[in-house]
Formats: sequence, C-alpha cells, structure tokens
Amino acid sequence: MSAPRETRTTGPNPLHGSQPADGTADGAALPGNAPGAGADAVARGIPRWRLRVPTALRTPLGIVGGAIIAVWVLIALFAPILCPADPLAQAFPRLQPPGPGNLLGTDELGRDVLSRVLSAARTTLPVAVLVVLASMLAGSILGAVAGYFGKFVDEVIMRLADLVFAFPTIILAMVIAAALGPGLKNAVVAILLVSWPSYARVARSLVMSARSSEYVVAGRLLGFSAPRSLAVDIAPNVASPLLVLGTLSVGEAILTMAGLSFLSLGAVPPTPDWGAMVSEGVANFSAWWIALFPGLAILTVVMAFNFIGDSLRDALDPRTARTVGEQTS
Amino acid sequence: MSAQAPAGQRLRRAPLPPLARYILIRLGISALLIFGVTVVTFLLTNLVPADPAQAILGDRAAGNPEIVERTRQELGLDKPLIVQYFTYLGNLLQGDLGVSNQTRQPVAQSIANVFPASIELGLGAILISVVLGLILGLVSALKRNTAVDHAIRAISLIGISAPTFWIATVAYFVFFFKLRAVPGAGRLDPWLQPPPKVTGLYTVDALAAGQWPVFVNALSHLVLPSIVLSLFTIGLLTRFSRSSVLDVVGLDYVTAARAKGLPPRTVIFGYIFRGALVPIITVVGLAFGSLLSGAVLTETVFAWNGLGQYAYRGATKLDLPVIMGVGLVIGIVYIGINFLVDLIYGFIDPRVRVR
Repeated sequence: MSAPRETRTTGPNPLHGSQPADGTADGAALPGNAPGAGADAVARGIPRWRLRVPTALRTPLGIVGGAIIAVWVLIALFAPILCPADPLAQAFPRLQPPGPGNLLGTDELGRDVLSRVLSAARTTLPVAVLVVLASMLAGSILGAVAGYFGKFVDEVIMRLADLVFAFPTIILAMVIAAALGPGLKNAVVAILLVSWPSYARVARSLVMSARSSEYVVAGRLLGFSAPRSLAVDIAPNVASPLLVLGTLSVGEAILTMAGLSFLSLGAVPPTPDWGAMVSEGVANFSAWWIALFPGLAILTVVMAFNFIGDSLRDALDPRTARTVGEQTS
Repeated sequence: MSAQAPAGQRLRRAPLPPLARYILIRLGISALLIFGVTVVTFLLTNLVPADPAQAILGDRAAGNPEIVERTRQELGLDKPLIVQYFTYLGNLLQGDLGVSNQTRQPVAQSIANVFPASIELGLGAILISVVLGLILGLVSALKRNTAVDHAIRAISLIGISAPTFWIATVAYFVFFFKLRAVPGAGRLDPWLQPPPKVTGLYTVDALAAGQWPVFVNALSHLVLPSIVLSLFTIGLLTRFSRSSVLDVVGLDYVTAARAKGLPPRTVIFGYIFRGALVPIITVVGLAFGSLLSGAVLTETVFAWNGLGQYAYRGATKLDLPVIMGVGLVIGIVYIGINFLVDLIYGFIDPRVRVR
C-alpha cells in the first residue's frame, strides 16, 4: 500500500517551526487515509525534534533503555578486561552448571559462558548499529530519489521495495544468507537487503511532500541541481523521522541477526554469538544455562533499543510518527 | 460514491463497480508479486551461489569436474539465463521445487507433508494473539496513562523484544523439563497413532474421526508452542490496537454517542471498537507473516514436525533447494494472506476502493 501521491502540504514555512503543533487532531485520526500523511509535520519536525529529544528520553522507558544500552556499550568496550576467561579457550570441565568457578557455567566444549556472552556484545552491537546506519542511508537515498524524481525511477525503486515486503523479514534474510553462504558478512548483506525498503518508503513520502513546499521550489527556481536541492533543502527536513525509524530498527536488526545465527547462517563458530549460543543450548537441553544467558542478553539489548525508539516516536509529530510507525511494530 | 455518475453518462463502456475494480487491481498486484518472488528465488538459487552445480551436488561430488560439468548440462546452466528462468517457472507450475540435497526427497512433497503441522500451530497462535492482543490494546487505550497502560505497554514491548526461539527454549525447559505441566515434544505422544488424514490438522482430524483421547493429546501438545509463538504477535497487536483505539476515541461520532447517553459498554464495543477494528485487520495479516517466521525459528525447539523444522534442517545443512522451496512457499502464502486482508478491508471500508 503506497502513500497517496498527491499529498498537499500547507506550506511548511520554516517560521512555523516555532509554533506549537496545532493541527495534530485535524483529520489525522481518520483510519482510512493514514499512510504517508506526514506532510507538513516534516517542516515542523526538525525544530521540535531538537527541542524534544531530551524530554522524550526523560520518560521512564527512555531512561531504562538508555541505562541498559550504556551498560552494554561499556561491556562491549571493556569485554577483554571484564571476561574472567578467554571466550574461545576450552579450558574448563564441560557443561558445568553456574557456580563459583564459572559464574554462568560452561558449554559443551568447556568454554566459559559468561566470557562468551560478554564478548559477543563486541560484535553484535557495532554490527547491528552499522547495519542499521547502512540500510538507513541506502534506503533513504533510494526513497528520496524515488520521491523527488517520481515517474519511472519511483516505480522501479518502489516495486523493488514491494517485492522485499512480499516476504516475511527473517524468511527473506534466511533465503539470501543461505544463497550467499554462512558468515557474519553475508548475514549483514542479507539484513541490509531486507531492511532498506522501510526507510525508502518513509523517505519517499516525506520527500514527496517536501519537494512541493515553497522553499524547495524557490531553490529550484534559483537553479539548484536536484542533488543540491535534495541535500541542502530537503534532507535536513526529513532526517528526524528517519533517525527515529533507525533507532527503532536496531532492536529488530539484532533480532534478525540472532535468528540467522540460530539457523547457523550467521557468525561462523567458534566466534561467540548470542543466537548461535542459544542454538547450542537447544542441543543440550538439560544444560539450561547455555541458552538462558545469551538469550537474556539479546532480550535486554533489543528491549532497551525498543524502549528508546518508542519514546522517540512518541515525541515526533503524530502524523510523521504514523508514517514511521507503519514501518515498524 | 463515484459509481453511478459515470455509468449513466457513458454508455459505451460502463466502468466496473469500485469493489470489483479494487479486487481486480489487488489480484493483479498479488499476481505480479508472486511472479517477483519466483524471480527472487530463481536468482538466489541459480545466480548467487558461486557455482550452483557444486551447491546442488554437495561436497562429495563437487570435487569431480566431470560430474560437475554433467550436472551443469542436466540443470541447463549452460543455457541463457532467461531460458533457465522459464524452465524453472515451468517446473514450479508443475509443482516441482527440486530435490533436497540431503534426503533426495522432492521438496514440494516434503513441504506438502509438513505444511499442515505449521498451519495448525499458526492457527492456534493467531487465535490466542488476536484475542489477547485486542483485549490488552483496548484496555491499554481506555486506561491511557495509568499504571495499567504502562504495565501493558512494557509487557508488549518485552514481547516484541524477546527472540522467539529463546522464549521457546526457556518455556520448554520450565514447563516440560521442570514442571512436567505439558507433554513433551512433537505433535502427539509417541504411542498414539495420528488420526486418519483429512486436513492434516491433528486436532481437527481427531475430532472428525471421533477419537477423543487423540484430540485431547494433540491439543495438549499444541498449547505451549502456540502460546510461545503468539507472544510476539500479542505484543504487535496490543501496540497496534492501542494506537488504533486512541485514534478513534476522540472522534466526533464517539463523543456524539456518549452525549446521547449511551451506556459506556455500548460506546466502547459498538462505536470505539468497531471503528478501531478496520486498521487492525491489516496488522493481523502482518502478524501472520511474523508467525510464519517465528515458526521457522521455534518449531525445532518443540520438535514440531512442520515447515519450520524442515527449514531449520535445510538451513543448518545448507540445503539450498529446501531453503528456497520454503522461502517460495512462505512468500506466496504471505502474499495470499495480504490479498485476503486487502479484500476484507475493501468490503469493510468503502473508502479504500476508490484509490
């Protein structure tokens, strides 16, 4: 379902930015015409966003999320110091339950589970953030180009996006990762390929409404080239919803990555990896600690990103939030 | 709206009524998407792997260049890509999805065998998640910004944040291994015979055959996997129905209903809920997609012999025809469900027909 093409804006004059959001209730709540109504919200969005971010994160969920992520970032940074043992060394008796020797027990190869859980953060977190940044960049550019030029370019890009949406995410990621062969790099490519369309859709609908606004038209009349118009006039005004969508997607990216590793299509052993560790735990049912702790790690990280993303989305203009919200849960 | 006006003016060619036109357009889009899905799986099977012949042959035979060359010819890999694609499409239309590298079984047949198991699981999960998700979302919205709302919101966020395969592992460990509250893995206790196959859903077939004990057993096996699988979609539906209800609560017709002095229950269920239901239907389609994905990741834990376990085995063995077959089937099912959702949408909400 694509956004209605002829979204007219009420003239996102930069001056409006200082006004309080007045038109939040007008018609925005009609259930039928929901998609892509993020028109003039865009122009107001940027100043509001800047003002609101601290407030937005001051919600209970935002604070908890931020704290959890801070802890995990510290863990990822200092994992070599924090780990009680080498995560790859098979130095302990096999399948030891959690105890004083190994706080979270050992796995079937006699490796320390705690060390493996901690060091897995070192790959998972940066890779997840990078994947999201890359797909955000690629998707936004493609969506912006589609929305700006319209016609044929728009059709081609958006039909490709539709095709990606024709699959459930993890299924398409699985199919692509399997074709490319297992490995972290290929898993990243797979996630990139399945996640750009969300950004493309949002960027397209935002750009489509922004491009007909007066300041963009004025730029064009001054002879700005399309890239300049997109980068200078439009980009700053459509960036904030995309960034929120990005925050919301980090959790999803981690979940997809964990799912791929669980299917042994992710990081190759013996690299410590949360999804793969859960998979090992399934094979050793009575040794519950092998699966429990890496799963808790995934849960807390994803939850924290969702908490933050959720708070940020609430701070967006409701209509923009809807455009963003449709691309996520 | 625009149905009658042009029909009277132009006698040459009466335009289709909006609903029919809408259905036709949706059908066309779905058909195109299915075509696109086949292109994707074709490209991934035949183009992306370094050498598809080697991928199909597996490690043992791939060392022998003669066999590889013969396989390339057998597979038609020496022909132009477009010819290969139409061969592939022709095979698909005849229900040929290739042969598993591991078991040498035809993929289509294996999928047909395991598919009902996943359907049964998916139906159980969607039932639970729709009921619970709508109730929680409605309560959350009506009690907005209270402790109840915050609690439900946090729970639903946790629901969509937890990896399903991990929840499955933990639930299985706690409820089966420790508490013995549910029967073990699989769809039936091992000493029971599956009921005579009609639909392939054990619960339905057992009821149809009047085998009460089998029905009870199959149901007890179904409960835990369905609940686990539904957690994510409960979170999804709760969040969506909350915002959908909130959209409607402030609308004039609801205020009017309240002002008329209608009892709160009538306002909530007859007005707010009905109005909010339309967009929620879309999400049920989305939810079904995530159920299919969830099934791929959870069935293995419960040794549930469905599409998911089949895909898992295929993935861990890097059995490309199996993975592509599952991807293709799930893609097509997903498109079909979204088509149905669009249809229902078109029937319920006339506005979407004129777009």
